[in-house]
Amino acid sequence: MSAAVEIRGDRSVRTRGSTLAQKLIARAAGQSHVNVGDVLTCQVDLAMFHDSSGPRRLKPMLADIGAEIWDKNKVVLVLDHYVPARDADAEKIIRITRDVAKEWQLPHVIDSEGICHVVLPERGHLKPGYFCVGGDSHSPTGGAFGTYMFGIGATEMLGVVATGEIWVQVPQTLRMVWHGALQKGVCAKDMMLHMIAKFGMNGGNYQAVEFAGDTVRGLGMQERMTLSNMSAEMGAQVGLIAADSTTRAYLQSVGVSDEVIEQSHYFETDDSAECQRFDFEASQLSPQVAAPHSPENTKAVGAYAHVKPSVAYIGACTGAKLADLRAAAEVLKGRKVAAGVQLLVAPASARDQAQAAKEGVMQILIDAGASVLPNACGACAGYGGTFEEGATVISSTARNFQGRMGPASVQVYLASPATVAASALKGYIADVREVFA
Amino acid sequence: MTKDTLTFRKVWRVGANIDTDALAPGAYMKHGIEVIAAHCLEVHRPDFAAGVRPGDVLVAGPNFGIGSSREQAADALKQLGIAAVIAPSYSGLFFRNAFNLGLLLLTCPNAETLQENETVQIDCKGMPFVKNSQGQILTCQDVPSFLMDMVNAGGLVNVLKHRMADKAISMPG
Repeated sequence: MSAAVEIRGDRSVRTRGSTLAQKLIARAAGQSHVNVGDVLTCQVDLAMFHDSSGPRRLKPMLADIGAEIWDKNKVVLVLDHYVPARDADAEKIIRITRDVAKEWQLPHVIDSEGICHVVLPERGHLKPGYFCVGGDSHSPTGGAFGTYMFGIGATEMLGVVATGEIWVQVPQTLRMVWHGALQKGVCAKDMMLHMIAKFGMNGGNYQAVEFAGDTVRGLGMQERMTLSNMSAEMGAQVGLIAADSTTRAYLQSVGVSDEVIEQSHYFETDDSAECQRFDFEASQLSPQVAAPHSPENTKAVGAYAHVKPSVAYIGACTGAKLADLRAAAEVLKGRKVAAGVQLLVAPASARDQAQAAKEGVMQILIDAGASVLPNACGACAGYGGTFEEGATVISSTARNFQGRMGPASVQVYLASPATVAASALKGYIADVREVFA
Repeated sequence: MTKDTLTFRKVWRVGANIDTDALAPGAYMKHGIEVIAAHCLEVHRPDFAAGVRPGDVLVAGPNFGIGSSREQAADALKQLGIAAVIAPSYSGLFFRNAFNLGLLLLTCPNAETLQENETVQIDCKGMPFVKNSQGQILTCQDVPSFLMDMVNAGGLVNVLKHRMADKAISMPG
């Protein structure tokens, strides 16, 4: 936001094509064309909030302003931050959330079945072309489905649920174009850590990031979600990927009707649209690791071979989806974690865990020595159940801020689920490519 | 805020990349804002929450407020009476949250020339600026009028209250 908010749009680009971001905002604002810099009011297609940002904060404020929810069908409530309850305070928050959900007769409530950013598409709520907000900073995850989705705070969510509207300033687009094939063991998480190191934690400057190129088109939906998810760590408002045949196949697999799939909007960035373009060669990318205490503190994995983690954590919306569990299992199949390393796995959703169990993925992880934790935000949110004083952690999560996942002495290294698994196996931060060699 | 330009305000300094976990630590998120505010910034400045006085300003390096969407990060500063944050840049999400809660953020390229304990004056009547203790003017980026209105109204809740009341009046019957 160093450019702050400037109201005037640049009218000179009128003749140029539009970016994916511009097209999504134009649709939501009911305009044929929007210019970068314009401030517009958009109609919200879907609002998602959870047990921390949602009812406990919205209910008193709604009563205070004398308003009701504009459209309950467009609201999804997910209980994921305080479940399962670890103490009386968490229990109270969960009870309030469930009571309010009943009182408001919310039709879409997902309770203790996984993390909001993963269960939202899993239940078919996200459709290409949508304009959505989430009461959580990792809401850009929805951008993987060709939707304009971003995170907002509870007071701004109050404005959305009371009016169905929100203001947005049309962003510039930073287009990340990836070419070629990733090496075996290298994941979307490595791509993202690499980009965060290059651009910095606020390098996205609250603009739109778009991921494109044949590498991105070749990724499955959950790997795409990892890219969009960590756009938050680049300081972008959204992390967009144009919806395509992979998106359609995913929507079909989660039960979205053919009719709805056909009626969705499959926008793409025009060749003539003005973007800042950056090109990356996927085959050149090594596994990446972010050292304490910032995701931008990233280097290739080889720099950290001297670090011996006491905990290997596979969790969160960023790093414990089915694709992430499969990646870890491929490394750990028929092997056991090193002595002195505690491997913790918190699958991102109950459905992903059930599918992983069906495929034998969960058994491989358990046989390797993993303890399986509930389908919730867990240690990543830092709301409880965090790591102990002095722990060194290698984690597939998104943030390693000091004091987030435990006391200030906890050292958290961020990596892909494959690298977390390889490091658990070797007892030091290891290059997953050596395990496969 | 716009009326009291002559007020001398004490500066509290912090560095770059101050994240929302530092402003509103996760361990206290289940509590009310009074408790969260008492732990605001303790990981960087254990003296801050107890020492800050209403009307003081917080001066930071670039990328202030990165991280979570938790608006308690901005609310904790407001609860402690911080009159404004002055920094070269902010997380976009934090920027929205702060104005929604009525907390003024000034985007000031030369913010880091301000010193701990220095007394400054701020003026938002026109193009916002900060006057340092030597009387030098540090220019800030313009704040859009609808966001300045939000600060003057005390936040989005009050804006919505007016909007709802207008709607109730204009509705037939």
